[in-house]
Formats: sequence, C-alpha cells, structure tokens
Amino acid sequence: MGDYIVLIISCIFINNIILAQYLGACPFLGTTKKMETAVGMAFAVIFVLTMAGIITWVVNTFFLNKFGLQYLRTIAFILVIASLVQFVEMFLKKSIPALYAGLGIFLPLITTNCAVMGVCLININEEYGFIQALISAISYAVGFGFALILFAGVRERVVLGRVPQPLQDTSIGLVTAGVLSLTFFAFKGMV
Amino acid sequence: MAKTLAQEFVKGLWEEIPPFRLVLGLCPTLAVTKSVENGIGMGIATTFVLVCANTLVSLLRNIIPAKVRIACFIVIIATFVTVVELLMQAFAYPLFLALGIFIPLIVVNCIVLGRSEAFAFKRSVVPSIADGLGIGIGFTLALGSLGAVRELLGSGTVLGIDVTGASFEPFAFMLEAPGAFIGLGLMLCVMNFIGKK
Repeated sequence: MGDYIVLIISCIFINNIILAQYLGACPFLGTTKKMETAVGMAFAVIFVLTMAGIITWVVNTFFLNKFGLQYLRTIAFILVIASLVQFVEMFLKKSIPALYAGLGIFLPLITTNCAVMGVCLININEEYGFIQALISAISYAVGFGFALILFAGVRERVVLGRVPQPLQDTSIGLVTAGVLSLTFFAFKGMV
Repeated sequence: MAKTLAQEFVKGLWEEIPPFRLVLGLCPTLAVTKSVENGIGMGIATTFVLVCANTLVSLLRNIIPAKVRIACFIVIIATFVTVVELLMQAFAYPLFLALGIFIPLIVVNCIVLGRSEAFAFKRSVVPSIADGLGIGIGFTLALGSLGAVRELLGSGTVLGIDVTGASFEPFAFMLEAPGAFIGLGLMLCVMNFIGKK
C-alpha cells in the first residue's frame, strides 16, 4: 500500500508530467489563456489518459509481447490512442451530451497530446504491473490537470501586468512556466 | 500564391521556423536540448520523418479519402518513426539512449502532422519535399541553438568542449525543466525583438 502512495505522490508532484518531464507542453501553452478551457482540457485528459493507460498496457502485455512484435509498439499505441479518442467522442455525443459539450473541442486535440502517448510508454519502460500502470496513468493525468489549472490561474493575472512588447503572449508564458516549474523543484526532496 | 521551390525551402528557416514562429512541437524542444549534440540529433531524426511523410502523403493525396485523412497521416508518420527508431538503435546507440522516449514521441509531434495537413495533402511531391526539408532544417537549427545556450550556461561547454574555463560556476538549473522553459521563452523574446525591426 505504501508503495502505491509513494507512486501517486511522485507521479503528481515530483515527476509532474509537464513541469518535470516536459510532456504535453503544446496544450499546456495552448489552452491556458482562460481558466475555462484549462479546466476542460484537464478533465478530457484525465478521462482519456486513464483509459489509454489501461488499454495500451493490455495490448502490450497480451499481444505485442506474446507475439514478439515489440518493434510495432509505436504504431500500435498511436492507433489505440487515436481510435480511443474517436470512440470516446462518439460515445459521449450519444450518451452524455452535457459532458460532450464541455469537452467537445478538446477531445480531438488529445490524439496529438504527447502526455498521453508518453505516459503509456513510461508505463511500459518502467515495467509496471497492471495496478501500478493504472495508478500511474491516473496520477500523471491528475498532475497534468493540476499544473494546467495552476498555470491558467497565474497566466490570467500576468496578462493584466505591463509586459514589454517582445515578451508578450507565448514568450512570457514560457518564462512563467519556468518559474512554476522551479517551485515544483521543491518537491524533489520529498521521497 | 505560387512560390518557387527555393522560397518553399527558405520559409522554414526564418519566416515559419518552428518552434518559434509556429508554436508547435514544444515537448521535444524542451526535453532534448540539454546539449547541442542531442538537439541536432533530434532535429535530424525529425527532418527525416518530415521529408518522408510529406513525400508519401503528397503521393497518396488523391487516394486518401478526406474524412479519414488524419488517421492515414498518423499511420504513415508512425511507420517512418519506427524506421528512424530502428536505424538509431543500430547505428547511433548512445544518442538513442539519450533521447529515450522522445524518439517514439516524434509521432505526436504536431509539426509533422501539421505539415502533412497544411501542405503535403494539397501540393505535389517536389514542393512537399522542399517544405519538409526547410521546416526540418529550421527545427534542427532551433534545437541546436537552444541546446547551445543551455549547454553553455548549464555545464560551461559547447559540443563537449570546455569554453568557459575553471572559474565559471555552471547554472545547474539550466539543464533542468525550469531552464528549458525560461531559455526558450527568452529566445522567443529575442526573435520577436529582431523580427519587429
């Protein structure tokens, strides 16, 4: 049990998917200009990443490893993620229209979110078991959402300040992300 | 709107240089630029995938149905990424280890998908190759220069050669995530500043 708690904390804070592992930086900068879009993206990623983590683990263990097809891993994973996103989109549209309206535009973007693919690959490289893979997928996703929402909050304030012209928009966004990432450094001593 | 081949090629080097002008493909940019060598290695791998994917997408543009084009692009890109992965494992093993999971992640690099969608799907083969090559080399230059800044400040070397002397105390944080974000942000600022003039 203790191991799992350590895993959760290290995935959310210490190895935060964006601020320590550099994965998913495009949506991190793209969707955080407003708090609403950041929250939408955060939940869409939590949803898809959890499912993708489980499915890719199963595909890898029971299919690729069994038949010695490891070299097809990249193609297999991206197909799983792309079709999963498509399926989730259709399912939500039919059965939970309210949630679909909320997540709608963010779902297709997730296919090319490297955080999803990255976590699936990390799970395989670290040779996690099923429960560990599941926990790491959820925790990384929560860490992603957490960072996204924190950053959106900071960014909404930064816009109000007087930013020099060449630094505006993405540039100041990256510097702000750097400062935020510096604060996450403090977690490194925790485990 | 008809540009010459040379213009298609050159636009990738300044006008639309990723990741500065087109803010795409940030993850590999941030992650692998701890040194010049890694940055350039990643740039070359991405260029290869870009050129091959652009060529194939352009050749197949009349066969691929428009509705499932994204899925088709991804399969094409993933195929070439697998090729690069196996080639690097065979011929550049230290670089393969240094880049780690970021080689398979070229699949989800938005630059490659973006060029297939925005350019190669609509144009013939030769301009697509020129476009892929230009954007790829621009990306390599950008990664190399960010790598140079971070390597110089973070470990006091350039391409592994000590240039600052013993009295220089390296800023260790430049090699970590905060240095990557801040370094890229400031480079973008400099680019904007020069571009305005």
